[in-house]
Amino acid sequence: MTGTGIREKMRYHDGPARAAARLTAALLALVWPFGAQAESIAWDGFVQSHVAARTGDVTCLATTECDYPAAELRGQLKAEGKSESGNAAFLGRFDLIRDVALDETRLETREIYGDRRASITAARLGRQVITWGVGDLLFINDTFPKDQVALFTGQPLQYFKLGADALKLNAYPGAANFELVIAEFRPDNTPSARRFIFADPLPAGLPQRTVEPGHGTEELETSARVSGYLDNWEWAGYASRTHYRSPARRVAGSEIVGTFPRLNTLGASVAGPVGKGVLSLEAGYYDSVEDRSGTDPAVENSQYRGLVGYSQQLWEDATLGVQVYGEWMRDYGAYRDTLPAGFPVKDRVRKVATIRFTELFAHQTLTFSCFAFFGLSERDRYLIPSLRYAFSDNLWAEIGANLFGGDRNGAFGAMQDNRNAYVTIRYAF
Amino acid sequence: MKPLPQFTLFLLAAISLPARAADLSADEIVKRSLEAFYSAGADMRAKVRMQLINPQGNIRSREMTMLRLNLGKSGDQRYYIYFHAPADVKGTSFMVWKYPAKDSDRWIYVPALKLVKRIAADDKRSSFVGSDFTYEDISGRNVEDETHGVVRQEDLNGRPIYVVESKPKAPVDYSRRVSWIDRERWLPLKEEYFDARNEPLRTFTADKVEQTGKYWTVTARGMKNLQSGHRTEVVFQEVRYDVGLRPDIFTERYLRDAPAQWVR
Repeated sequence: MTGTGIREKMRYHDGPARAAARLTAALLALVWPFGAQAESIAWDGFVQSHVAARTGDVTCLATTECDYPAAELRGQLKAEGKSESGNAAFLGRFDLIRDVALDETRLETREIYGDRRASITAARLGRQVITWGVGDLLFINDTFPKDQVALFTGQPLQYFKLGADALKLNAYPGAANFELVIAEFRPDNTPSARRFIFADPLPAGLPQRTVEPGHGTEELETSARVSGYLDNWEWAGYASRTHYRSPARRVAGSEIVGTFPRLNTLGASVAGPVGKGVLSLEAGYYDSVEDRSGTDPAVENSQYRGLVGYSQQLWEDATLGVQVYGEWMRDYGAYRDTLPAGFPVKDRVRKVATIRFTELFAHQTLTFSCFAFFGLSERDRYLIPSLRYAFSDNLWAEIGANLFGGDRNGAFGAMQDNRNAYVTIRYAF
Repeated sequence: MKPLPQFTLFLLAAISLPARAADLSADEIVKRSLEAFYSAGADMRAKVRMQLINPQGNIRSREMTMLRLNLGKSGDQRYYIYFHAPADVKGTSFMVWKYPAKDSDRWIYVPALKLVKRIAADDKRSSFVGSDFTYEDISGRNVEDETHGVVRQEDLNGRPIYVVESKPKAPVDYSRRVSWIDRERWLPLKEEYFDARNEPLRTFTADKVEQTGKYWTVTARGMKNLQSGHRTEVVFQEVRYDVGLRPDIFTERYLRDAPAQWVR
């Protein structure tokens, strides 16, 4: 690693440390009303073993974890409590992970936040998971941090969302609800060469680093949501001033530098009953602030995104959900004109369909689920079959697979050397 | 004084005596029973403990707070169910907007993802959280969904009973249902379900009935699947009626953030 790389890494760790200190101070201020009148604190948790084994014969780099891209033992401890009146509350959720695949042990703060509530307002400060929108594993107006590594290695779904260090303010004046989120930047956890194999069109052998937005006030992210009911339909409008969370990478001198370009989004969603099922619609506009002309090949072009979903029960304890999703690139001509040679060409409209089938058996102790992405324009696919059995209220085990396939130029097809089968066992207490 | 004509006497008697229970139609009996069982009071709060017991005797437990609000005379109801246990589903909540004449709207909140999801609700005969009770058994059915006939009157454990037979109009998992309905309190004290071959399918029993204010509640109940041997036992605790629940409790805000006044 180069000297610059180390400095960047230091800075990366320094940011969250400062943020954590500020958060702790703020949390103490928020939660002080607990004092002696606090109700008892509830402790819960689990221990979990999770292993994903790469299937098929694949040649890996020496630095890539080839046989088992994920192998870990994890313990989670959750503490929560609220004041007698319910006007103040807190939650902390911490994971201690022995990661055998990467040979490291780490402590992750999944969530830690304090709540204050009044009659028509509420505030939550700290690291918190926020989920918006009506898509199933497809996100348009939810630009909050995600963990693709967790998804691609078959971790339980809760690990697909990462907490944001944020202040969330809610107002419930009556006909509509308002939510304002002010957050520090946090990148997605995107697949890296330590666990995954994929083609990189950038030159091999160059040192790589990423530069995150700073933590100054002017670089805070702001997201707003207004939502309500119209009869028994629910609607929401969204706006975000945020950043792309996957790095835009380019060669700069003798290294590859990834940055997180600014992004503004605007969108809306509705959901309600149609026929015997539920219809969901969501749309949004992605304004790529740093590449409005669409001529910078490293930065995503501005896009319109939309999805239509419908889910319905087929028979008792069996549900089918289908979605059709599209990303329409605004400046396709500029994109094609500036795309360097050797890069896979994206379509003007990227179309993806998804299917989710779930059936429960044996008094809902056995769950079969299959989620499938089909790249309609990129001609690739990603299938996630799984089978979970609950031995008791405390113990469950799941087996499943992440099956990527199709055209290697597609987003899912590019991952096909990472097909894996996984086993998860969790004991909750 | 001129004697009153017999006809007038009969009329007077009919007006002055309270309508005798025996005069009620089967539909009216079932209607009163559904009201007593699923709609008592303007609202209700209860702590519900559920045990799911498989034929081997292994027990799974569910502990929830249940809130119900009747929206005036429309027949619309709102339900809110918050799970306290087991640990793996703690904090999960359900919200149901129930209508007499169309499918319910139903939402679930998944706390680990802070996700509110609307769920397809065409499943009133589906099992409620893996128990032997269906969603319909928990939140009620419509009197018009079945045809009803009074079979006989008898006593059951010292209570005066109408035995009513009901047959679903549309094909469902049972072909007929026989109910033992208390002639004074209108609660069902026992129900037997039969499958398409007229074999016994499930049996409901009201194991304990208690009075809260002016309302009677089945505070301990069981449902046994006679074909699988699986059974579910439910205890209602801290049952309170007319506590003053507001309609806004049954919205996304409280689905995400349990109303502390009612859920503890």
